[in-house]
Amino acid sequence: MSEDPVGRTAGGYLAHAPHMAALGIVFSANGPDWAEVSMPFAPHLVAYPDEEVIASGAIYALMDSTAGLAAMVTRRPITPVATLDLRLDYLRAPHPRATITGRVTCYRMTRTIAFVRGIAHDGDAADPVANMTGTFMFTLVDLPR
Amino acid sequence: MSMQTVADALRGRHFGSLDLPYAAFLGLRFERDDDETRLIMPYAEHLIGAPGRLHGGTVAGLLELAGIAAAILSLPDDEPLPRLRPVTVTVDFMREGLPRDVTAVATITRLGRRIINIRSLAWQYERARPIAGANINVLVDRPPAPAAPRPADR
Repeated sequence: MSEDPVGRTAGGYLAHAPHMAALGIVFSANGPDWAEVSMPFAPHLVAYPDEEVIASGAIYALMDSTAGLAAMVTRRPITPVATLDLRLDYLRAPHPRATITGRVTCYRMTRTIAFVRGIAHDGDAADPVANMTGTFMFTLVDLPR
Repeated sequence: MSMQTVADALRGRHFGSLDLPYAAFLGLRFERDDDETRLIMPYAEHLIGAPGRLHGGTVAGLLELAGIAAAILSLPDDEPLPRLRPVTVTVDFMREGLPRDVTAVATITRLGRRIINIRSLAWQYERARPIAGANINVLVDRPPAPAAPRPADR
């Protein structure tokens, strides 16, 4: 787990966002330019009632949150971000009742834009369920700091 | 509660709810008129991400399910309903989602036998001022064909 107080602050911020709490999203760890977040299985996250598999839409929300956190921790001090675009490729169906973990790296940052990429997996990061790329904007970029 | 029930509701009624777990979690409803079927995500506090803003994931979920609904309505209603599995979902976020209802409409750009290409748009105050749009490519996952002869795969 992270010993990074900046990451812990951002993780606490995540946990207090109503939608992320409703999804059951839990902060896991972060580094200087990456974040990891997980979403345990829950019946209300399922797409089809006869398959105990987390819906693609819920994975999208998880990855949007993880990517936003990765962008936030990469920029110091922590600055609010807004998603500009985000693409998910769904590589395979997750295993039934599996926890989904998102891990995203901010691989390039400019004054206004953070470029992010990452994966979602259900236990083995070498066998991801989804691949993600996206861009975020720093929304307070023009304000004095 | 099954996908077939949802398809029957979309095809047969002018309004209703999307009775699937994740769609119900988002609170999604649909309404249909002569021109189109719209999905509505009524505002609820659990949809909020950053203070005063809808979480982008809720809008993405709405856009994706609007696409799935449009795909269902584009398929023949006298055939078994295939599973519709998103392969790629790309969302552009154009304006922040305010704490109020969101409406979304999807159009089919290409209806293939195996892949359906879809565009969805979501707005709040004015349709001409969308808050987000999505490109969605869906795999049509049909149940295994019976043993009878069938046309060669394309």
